[in-house]
Amino acid sequence: MATISLKGLNKVYPNGFHAVHDLSLEVQEGEFMVLVGPSGCGKTTVLRMVAGLEDITSGDLRIGERVVNDIEPKDRDIAMVFQNYALYPHMTVADNIGFALKLRKLPKDEIRKKVEEAAEILGLTEWLDRKPKQLSGGQRQRVAMGRAIVREPSVFLMDEPLSNLDAKLRVKMRAEVRRIQERLGVATMYVTHDQIEAMTMGDRVAVLRDGRLLQCDTPQNLYEFPVNQFVGAFIGSPAMNLYQGELFDGGRSLKIGSQILELPEVVHLKKPTLMSYSGKGVTVGVRPESLKAASTSTTPGTVLSVQATLVEALGSELMVHFSFDAKVVKIEDIQDDEEEILTGSGEGVARIDPSVSVKAGDKLKFEVETEHLHFFDPDTGLSIY
Amino acid sequence: MKFHSRTGWRKWINLLNLAVVIIVLFVMLPIYWLVASSFKTPVNVGAQPPQYFPNPISFANYNSAFVHYGFGRYFLNSVIVTVASTMLVLSIGSLAGYALGRLPMRGKSPLLVTLLIISVFPEIAVVSPLYLLMHQIGWLGSYEALIVPYTAFNLPFAIWIMRNYFLGIPREMEETGRIDGASPLRTYWSIILPQSLPGIFTAGVFTFTACWTEFLMALTLDNSNNYRTIPVGIALFGSPNVVPYGTIFAASVVAVVPIGILVFVFRKFVVSGLTSGAVKG
Repeated sequence: MATISLKGLNKVYPNGFHAVHDLSLEVQEGEFMVLVGPSGCGKTTVLRMVAGLEDITSGDLRIGERVVNDIEPKDRDIAMVFQNYALYPHMTVADNIGFALKLRKLPKDEIRKKVEEAAEILGLTEWLDRKPKQLSGGQRQRVAMGRAIVREPSVFLMDEPLSNLDAKLRVKMRAEVRRIQERLGVATMYVTHDQIEAMTMGDRVAVLRDGRLLQCDTPQNLYEFPVNQFVGAFIGSPAMNLYQGELFDGGRSLKIGSQILELPEVVHLKKPTLMSYSGKGVTVGVRPESLKAASTSTTPGTVLSVQATLVEALGSELMVHFSFDAKVVKIEDIQDDEEEILTGSGEGVARIDPSVSVKAGDKLKFEVETEHLHFFDPDTGLSIY
Repeated sequence: MKFHSRTGWRKWINLLNLAVVIIVLFVMLPIYWLVASSFKTPVNVGAQPPQYFPNPISFANYNSAFVHYGFGRYFLNSVIVTVASTMLVLSIGSLAGYALGRLPMRGKSPLLVTLLIISVFPEIAVVSPLYLLMHQIGWLGSYEALIVPYTAFNLPFAIWIMRNYFLGIPREMEETGRIDGASPLRTYWSIILPQSLPGIFTAGVFTFTACWTEFLMALTLDNSNNYRTIPVGIALFGSPNVVPYGTIFAASVVAVVPIGILVFVFRKFVVSGLTSGAVKG
């Protein structure tokens, strides 16, 4: 077991493309660190640099106490799980899992014993003599895991290992991967583009964009205290709604479109800098969970009148897509979730109680949880606290 | 449009299948004639009107080929030359194909283009200088006089086929190997090669066929009776005044059999080997 430490890591390709900028990150012993970001953000490159499959242009990479920049992958004491599993199709499951041990010239009995132990953990015992072709997607994924754990490495590296599975199996395997990792207590770096996967699996999550580390924190902190509007919008599903707004009245009132919300005192206590934006424009972030159907008792200063454009009934909740006259702030690279229906989505989404009866075209009023609003500087995109 | 779903034998009757049948007949006819004629008596081979079925069936032509013309010797020579060339082409070609497909090296594209150019060189243009070269190094009338040029001329195509096949194997296979601690040669041998068997078989079948049927070099470089291969041997059957057609047919049938078996056994591999790289999978 060991820690992984990245210090000022840079990757510049021969064609001049700067894929990773000054990345510094520590993964503690036994910690599950997820690297997440839109495609092309450099997360896989970082993982491959740790694995030794990509050269490091500059910076220090340590596994345990050792600087491993120039050490061959096989000598780094790591194991990697690839997106396409990379199982050897001509070998049985047992041979696949035991291949690395065979290369280390371990005695046959010992290999067999270790392979069986790994198969036991992964529930693969009865499949040991099959070829990968004869296995289902989930089983193949487990063989790939088996190949990693049998070597008892000090570090696990996983590159989108669940993205080839169907949605249901993915949810199941998330828990399983986590269970195995916790049982073995090995420092793990896990790459995904799926923020739900990142949030559910990671002890800490590192959000990357354009080769830069934006924020690395626990899932809850990322959700509650994003450093900028990119992280704010990337983390959370459906994504945070972002609007151009204007603060006035000493920062106590907020104008979004033609509507005005009153900000309670607690907002200023939490975000003292907000006052200095009075009379200026801000970007306002409203999480879909921070909106609920207004009732008669709702305080007037917290109501937002909108028109529903599409209603998705998910059983446990309603996704109401709506539009109103505010200017939406768009961020590149933020992908909508695959599951989300894109047609007819208006300028915002709310996640509300399914008991509310609402259909597309209805005019309705939302109560905004104003204390949970996020504010960003419109020029820098940084959070205002 | 509504499709009538026909049942029984009727579903096999349509224009497409008819076209296939015609084409197959067209291609098979000369082969049928070859086989049929090889079993005719020497007199019946040129009979007028032609005999469509050999009657009586005779093995005289086969007897004549092996006993009188010493076809067995030519067959053995062909086997030695072809098998040796094919083994060399596959072992050198797969390593070269792997290097060109996968290993980081400079000047891959010029190399590949050069290979392509070499492979389209007309044989007739190189045979004279090759003859002089062989004469100088004293190789005329030996197995190596054919094995070495056959290997050289079949390598480019084989390299191309195998390189394309290697390109289709996910890179992660090698990377996993690297992390597991396999050397490049070990990766090639234990991981890449077993997965590339279709490509290797394809290259093998093509090389084998090309060497087995090659005529010009065999005629020029190995013309002594001891080293003659099948194509040259058959062509030189008979005397200036007699062309023993029946014997030629019989020998040709024997010559076709190994290729037939080879293609039949490896047909699945050959098809997948030729189409690999067409679709990234």
